[in-house]
Amino acid sequence: MNGGNGALLSLENIYKHFPVRRSFFSREMLKVHAIDGVSLDVPRGKTVGLVGESGCGKTTLGRVALRLIPPDAGCIRFGGRDITHMSGEELRRTRRMMQIIFQDPYSSLNPRMRVRDIVGEGWFVHGMGSRREIREKAARLLLRVGLSADAADKYPHEFSGGQRQRIGIARAIALSPELVVADEPVSALDVSVQAQILNLMKDIQEEYGMAYLFVSHDLRVIRHVSDTVAVMYLGKLMEVSPAEELFRRPLHPYTRSLLAAVPMLGGAPQEKIVLRGEIPSPIAPPPGCRFHTRCFMAQKVCEEICPLLRESAPGRLTACHFV
Amino acid sequence: MKMAEPLLAVSGLKIAFRTEHGVLRALFGVSFSLAAGETLGLVGESGCGKTVTALSILRLLPSPPALVEEGRVGFRGRDLLSLSEEKMCAVRGKEISMIFQEPMTSLNPVLTIGEQVAEVYTAHGTCGKAEAAERAQEWLRRVKMPDPPRRMREYPHQMSGGMRQRAMIAMALALEPSLLIADEPTTALDVTIQAQILELLKDMREQERKMAILLITHDLGVVHEFADRVAIMYLGRIAEIANTPDLFADPIHPYTQGLLRSLPGRTVGEKRLPSIPGTVPDLHAIPPGCPFADRCPFRQKALERFRAGETPGGDELSVCDRVDPPLEEYAPGHLAACHYQKARRLGGRE
Repeated sequence: MNGGNGALLSLENIYKHFPVRRSFFSREMLKVHAIDGVSLDVPRGKTVGLVGESGCGKTTLGRVALRLIPPDAGCIRFGGRDITHMSGEELRRTRRMMQIIFQDPYSSLNPRMRVRDIVGEGWFVHGMGSRREIREKAARLLLRVGLSADAADKYPHEFSGGQRQRIGIARAIALSPELVVADEPVSALDVSVQAQILNLMKDIQEEYGMAYLFVSHDLRVIRHVSDTVAVMYLGKLMEVSPAEELFRRPLHPYTRSLLAAVPMLGGAPQEKIVLRGEIPSPIAPPPGCRFHTRCFMAQKVCEEICPLLRESAPGRLTACHFV
Repeated sequence: MKMAEPLLAVSGLKIAFRTEHGVLRALFGVSFSLAAGETLGLVGESGCGKTVTALSILRLLPSPPALVEEGRVGFRGRDLLSLSEEKMCAVRGKEISMIFQEPMTSLNPVLTIGEQVAEVYTAHGTCGKAEAAERAQEWLRRVKMPDPPRRMREYPHQMSGGMRQRAMIAMALALEPSLLIADEPTTALDVTIQAQILELLKDMREQERKMAILLITHDLGVVHEFADRVAIMYLGRIAEIANTPDLFADPIHPYTQGLLRSLPGRTVGEKRLPSIPGTVPDLHAIPPGCPFADRCPFRQKALERFRAGETPGGDELSVCDRVDPPLEEYAPGHLAACHYQKARRLGGRE
């Protein structure tokens, strides 16, 4: 079966709820609505930026895309094939084509493994080359991501945060994947190092041609890396637009208030919107439009009917009754 | 600088820590001043000494291991470093107060928010318990805490990050201090909540006319929006200090220039971010001379010219490698510490 639109990754109407206890002693189970009906495409070789505040479900969505978390409902297509229920050897072979870079370079590398084994593990697992070949390939790859040749024999604790993230990137690209989910890859790094890592990721994308699903809470980073931006709020997509247009003219009131909240240092003149209230709990998300409790445009209809994500301008999807 | 008697005048502050691996210096002579009602942003990457600077003003660094080697923290004409602990306690909270990055770990988990805010009054012997509770509730209202009477009875874990930060601000402002030190007050918060807290701090600054704020952050965007002046720190030193518009319009120090250029998202789809090469040197092995030398594009260029035989003596180079540059004034109130820029821009004056 084909995804129809030729996208590399196609998420269709994904749902994921996590059960939690009402309290430590309670038997009663509640549901965290992490993802509530999200559809998103990632085209080949492009970067889709997924942005949202904490608890909006962006990390869960990244994991679902890689089948690290099974969705409750919906369909994941990768390269046109339905991988939602794939298992065994078939899934293993598909997973070679998808990799992940984690936020925290301190906890995502095994402290007891040498760097060359961390980077070469994928080749080893998939039987790609002898020990010696893998060693040589690992050394070349480490040079490619900007580490010195003697890095191979060291352990992760001997590196700074930025260098560790380079190791994480080397591990992710070792198998030449088609899709890399990057989950807040630069959030733990200082600005001057952040720029180095963003540049490296961009160079590598040009060289290898992989697509990124780039998850971040930082709009400035998202603006820099993305071709398309998807804005998420409490488990739902609010807006999906080409990056340039989204930052020039945000349509959804939530996108507008997000952009207004970020000190951008020049560039487009900023609106002055300060949202009222707090982000509601994903255990009991508000009925109707998820955003209506904080929205400056909300009307009666927003409390009752959840707006669908639809094309409100050419190439731009928004979920709002008034856009 | 502007006034004869600034509210806060830190001068030549040198602080070291005794560790297992020897003495580690964190501040190498930090000097700046802050006038009443002014907001100074203290900016730098992790490990540059911005938090150590803040904590040392309030004398909150545990000693040992911390050791003040030299310097003075002048506050309203007194040197805070030589006050008795008793007198210092009266300064903390009442004249200078502080809010921290992570409100969860800096609030007491077993006391209600009401008790904690009221404690500020009872601890300083300002008033009795009943009145303290009343005043506390009034402050929660002023920091726009939703439903103050209810929040008074709640514990920190029952609140969101934004509300906890509001409670912290209420505690910090309760005694109307003349200086507020805010250490990354919005770093742990989501952007829309960050905007709310910055808005609140701005309101408070307006209402408390004379309150000065020392804002510590790694986020140049926040500083751009919020601070009157900015000091850029690098490896325990101030690399550059200027009025906010001047710093952003005409950065002098190569580190400031690099930081500003490497900010992502100023335009869409630009291909590469100009980045600062290398990493911050390890505090255990700080090279002599200019701390930024091995990452400095000016020095790199000078090195290339020297190697090509264009500059015979290599004087430009050796001074960077030998001498830690002092702060020099480039325009009124605009200081930077760079040998190269000094030679280029201030050449004639010496």
